[in-house]
Amino acid sequence: MTAVAPPLTIHPERTTTTRPAGFVADVVAIAGRALRAVPRDLESVMPPVFISLFFFLVNVATLQRLTEHNISNFDYRAFQLPTAILLGVTGVSRAPALVIDVQDGYFDRLLLTPVRRLAILLGHLTADVAVAAALTVPILVVGYLLGVRFASGPAGIAVFIMIAALWSLAFSGFGYAVALKTGNPGAVNSMFLLFFPFLFLTTSYVPRSQLTGWLHAVAAWNPVTYLLEGMRSLVIVGWDTSDIAAALLAIAVVGALSMTMCFAALRGRLRRG
Amino acid sequence: MKSPAVRCESLVREFAGAAAVKGVDLDVASGEIYGFLGPNGAGKSTTVRMLCTLLAPTSGVASVAGFDVASQPGDVRLRIGVALQDAALDPRQTGTELLLLQGRLYGLSRAAARRRVAELGELIDLGDALDRRVGTYSGGMKRRLDLAAALVHNPQILFLDEPTTGLDPVSRLRVWEEVQRLNRELGMTIFLTTQYLEEADVLAGRVGIIDHGRIVAEGTPAELKRAIGSDMIVARIDGDAHTVCAIVERVDGVLGVDAHHNELMISTTDGPATISPVAVALAGCGAPIRDLTLRTPTLDDVFLELTGTRIENGTFTNEEAA
Repeated sequence: MTAVAPPLTIHPERTTTTRPAGFVADVVAIAGRALRAVPRDLESVMPPVFISLFFFLVNVATLQRLTEHNISNFDYRAFQLPTAILLGVTGVSRAPALVIDVQDGYFDRLLLTPVRRLAILLGHLTADVAVAAALTVPILVVGYLLGVRFASGPAGIAVFIMIAALWSLAFSGFGYAVALKTGNPGAVNSMFLLFFPFLFLTTSYVPRSQLTGWLHAVAAWNPVTYLLEGMRSLVIVGWDTSDIAAALLAIAVVGALSMTMCFAALRGRLRRG
Repeated sequence: MKSPAVRCESLVREFAGAAAVKGVDLDVASGEIYGFLGPNGAGKSTTVRMLCTLLAPTSGVASVAGFDVASQPGDVRLRIGVALQDAALDPRQTGTELLLLQGRLYGLSRAAARRRVAELGELIDLGDALDRRVGTYSGGMKRRLDLAAALVHNPQILFLDEPTTGLDPVSRLRVWEEVQRLNRELGMTIFLTTQYLEEADVLAGRVGIIDHGRIVAEGTPAELKRAIGSDMIVARIDGDAHTVCAIVERVDGVLGVDAHHNELMISTTDGPATISPVAVALAGCGAPIRDLTLRTPTLDDVFLELTGTRIENGTFTNEEAA
């Protein structure tokens, strides 16, 4: 062979000992990678925050006087804060990035390592929880500037953020399910269609008592209604355990459905190879 | 042969009832470089994906490093490195981040992973580019990074699926040198699929040719070349070579004739003795000869003979259709 290229100087020893890293280490490594990608992919997380802030400000400016005039002892800013938070965190996930991994072959690269398959998914979901929690902060700050105070205090803020992040996690399961099932970014993006019935056929703008006819009936079946009521109770009422429990149950129901779909999609993709 | 690093017995993979791999049997010895050749759609990549545990066999048995790919995939993954056909990289990570993550997933400590990345950085000669995002890399840089990712854990067996496709000649030579060095110095078993027959000829100790999901020939490059005759006569004529095939086949000493456009590939046991009668036969049937050459067979000839497909500059051409 003609020695065109310079000689290679590296002599790796056959002393590298490899072993499965361990489930937690796998999840942390995958989550770390997903989180590193967030600042490089800001366009995927910033628009929801801007949209939620926009609607928060517009809705308060539009409906505050009307609602507070018609409902006694009603604080529309506090009422709208959970809606703004859900607008900001619902559907924010690394599922589109996972589709790109599938398309670029990087998903295969991960599957070729001893990483637990479940850890790949859980790593992404863990990163999503962290991102969702972070995204609530600017919205909470704007709420504070508008005069919203938490009746449940600082611990209530922490629980409020946790509920928002868990909801984000539960909803993102649908995105991952579609990502793993189809490997198609268009299909993942179309998941925003699910966002509308969840977030608008409910008490996003007025309390349940003000809803009429079919929307009142639909809202009673929409888990987001209970989620909003639980979050609102932390802001407006304080510690109402039944409202908080109902919110967590709503998240659990949606999460059970989305995660079942999500893990089934993962198993299917692994089976198809 | 030493104990096999890779063994397949009646390996089958079906997709929606259609078999892509129809019963592959092969053994690759520890420390061997095995070249796996075949036309597009022959089942090369499907076989490799089964051996790498990315795809479960429909039936049959395959073991890698002594572990069953279906029932012990975790053990297999710890012992293999894989560079797939398309560099499987994340464009949003830097090269360093990608290699560090790779090391961590193989259980290397943070310090060990960093040491390994430094070693591999020299190996793949990416310099400062390792700290740039992979999305900014050229095709050649991506292939080199992909190879480094496959080597992070010093695997016993390295699967290279068309590792030099798309590389410039200098980069290709570097990969060849590295493959030979890994095999020579570390005793690494290398399972190589390639569409460059010259690559298989240079690198592989043994070659398997797969066509329509089955191994149709296996042996050292020299054995395979010998199997189709000791010499090749290549004749280019004015006009369609197919029209004179039958006449040339009747010439004494001719073992076989393949026609491709205006070119005849004539295999023979004794080239010097046969070339003149071939020239006379061609002249006798009114086929003006543009040139006539005698050479020893190449793997390309073997490939053409066995699969009916010629590879030219990495592109497959079906001779039966041509």
